[in-house]
Amino acid sequence: MGQITLEGVAKRFGEVEVIPPLDLTIEDGEFVVFVGPSGCGKSTLLRLIAGLEDVSDGRILIDGTDATDASPARRGLAMVFQSYALYPHMSVRKNIAFPMKMAGLPQDEQSRRIEAAAKALNLTDYLDRRPGQLSGGQRQRVAIGRAIVREPSAFLFDEPLSNLDAALRVGMRLEISELHNRLKTTMIYVTHDQVEAMTMADKIVVLQAGRIEQVGSPLDLYNRPRNAFVAGFIGSPRMNLFSGAVAAEYGAETVGVRPEHISVSAEGGKWKGRIGVSEHLGSDTFLYVEETGLAETITVRSDGEVSLRHGDTVWLTPNEDKIHRFDRNGDRIA
Amino acid sequence: MARAVSRNQKIGWTIAAWIVALVIFFPILYAIITSLKTEQEAIAGFNLIPSFTFESYQAVQSQNDYFKPFMNSVILSVGSTILALIVAIPAAWAMAFSPTKRTKDILMWMLSTKMMPAVAVLVPIYLIFLRTGLMDTRIGLTILLMLINLPIVVWMLYTYFREIPGEILEAARMDGATLRDEIVHILTPMAVPGIASTLLLNVILAWNEAFWTIQLTTTNAAPLSAFIASFSSPQGLFWAKLSAASTMAIAPILILGWFSQKQLVRGLTFGAVK
Ligand SMILES: Nc1ncnc2c1ncn2[C@@H]1O[C@H](COP(=O)(O)OP(=O)(O)O)[C@@H](O)[C@H]1O
Ligand SMILES: [Mg+2]
Repeated sequence: MGQITLEGVAKRFGEVEVIPPLDLTIEDGEFVVFVGPSGCGKSTLLRLIAGLEDVSDGRILIDGTDATDASPARRGLAMVFQSYALYPHMSVRKNIAFPMKMAGLPQDEQSRRIEAAAKALNLTDYLDRRPGQLSGGQRQRVAIGRAIVREPSAFLFDEPLSNLDAALRVGMRLEISELHNRLKTTMIYVTHDQVEAMTMADKIVVLQAGRIEQVGSPLDLYNRPRNAFVAGFIGSPRMNLFSGAVAAEYGAETVGVRPEHISVSAEGGKWKGRIGVSEHLGSDTFLYVEETGLAETITVRSDGEVSLRHGDTVWLTPNEDKIHRFDRNGDRIA
Repeated sequence: MARAVSRNQKIGWTIAAWIVALVIFFPILYAIITSLKTEQEAIAGFNLIPSFTFESYQAVQSQNDYFKPFMNSVILSVGSTILALIVAIPAAWAMAFSPTKRTKDILMWMLSTKMMPAVAVLVPIYLIFLRTGLMDTRIGLTILLMLINLPIVVWMLYTYFREIPGEILEAARMDGATLRDEIVHILTPMAVPGIASTLLLNVILAWNEAFWTIQLTTTNAAPLSAFIASFSSPQGLFWAKLSAASTMAIAPILILGWFSQKQLVRGLTFGAVK
């Protein structure tokens, strides 16, 4: 089991309120991603759940029991740190065994779990090495191994992939998703990368300045962002946001259109502009259109066959059904 | 190092490094060579080939027993280092793991005492030693050497302890370690290399200390640094004997240094190299 409930949880460091009181429920078995810009309080929130920081206000319930004052070890959660936080003086085997040793598990049970974890994580050949002799990806897997063997009720990940290079990152992302499919244990995953959030999460929690901006499935957030912040944060390339006359035309303070909801034509359309940069990826073409008089640049996603180039004059037409409208406070209108 | 180094560059640097090393080592080498000469050869002028006589060593040993100052050196350097560690480990620990606003200032203040010339406090310390009966005693010198090197010891340990990342301790806490488990299984093993290099470096510093040991000892507590000095003045200059005495004085520490090079480099760079 691994249901986690936050009730009015707040955190202050001295005078500074990093997390205003918030409520959140994470269901058993869910893969929840906390996403938001750097410094928005994601790590702090995770550390409150872990018990590495004390809450300033509110209660934390794990499987319905109040765990607010329980020590980290008593909460039955396992954490994977951004820096891996492996014990440098211990072999991989001893690193993975450490939580079981602390729990006083019998030796043969320890060995059994180490073997199983090593096999699942491709670490069998490295069990007798020190962390210093491993690559970044292998260290990350050791950290995950150390978390798995405890059979925790939930896993907490704090930006586990941000020290890896791009190719490894994609691989590890899949491994973690597979791990979740296999174990079906609750996972809370912190990242500033919305692509990671979109690809891995059952449920995304978007944070800004310690506040929850929106909670929902990746597609919920993508199709119905609750405010302009979420609209701009989720999705890559970013949604085009306009204010002024265009927005007024739709009866809003700000309107947004995703790059794939704008069609482009050389003959005619709603907005005229000139192509600044065009990125041909083969599958897609991204056009950055300038001189529209509406915004600095408008990003448009088109199919891979488009032959438009830098300097060409184009006409853009938004798909009227896909326009997002936001009011003066940035909240979604209808 | 990401920079590609060509083969020629490598050879050039290797030769340069050897030359620098030889220049630095040359005085010691020449002392060893001179110690193997006769007194006549020694004053005859520059000459790298000695006659390989051990008469200076015999003379030094018969004139002035080597064993006693050697034992004094061991007791003073090891004793003062252990005392210093006993004081400095908790101090550095506290400053590294629960720093306050003033921690940096305290560290700077401690180091600043090392910037004062030792002669400046010679008279007061001399008088204190006289009045308290510590003059020419091992205990007095041990305490003094401990105090002299304490700032360096605290600084070194502080830098080592600071390198232990907080996240590792948090990981241990998540893994169910109690405070005692943390100290036994995580902190101590991680701190031991740092403590070991501090210990080594400080033994060497204390072994080589000459100013205070010469000022505050005569016979009973005189270590090897004072032993060398005793050959330099009274009966005129006997270069071969002086060299033999110097060689005997530095030999133990040279050997110790050779076998602990790796630890020492870590120590001297204050943990900058991981
Ligand atoms: N121990 C602390 N003391 C004071 N301020 C802190 C502490 N930890 C974090 N903060 C502050 O809290 C805010 C959120 O930090 P953090 O949770 O690490 O953000 P994120 O993980 O989203 O990048 C930051 O402004 C940070 O400076
Ligand atoms: Mg963070």
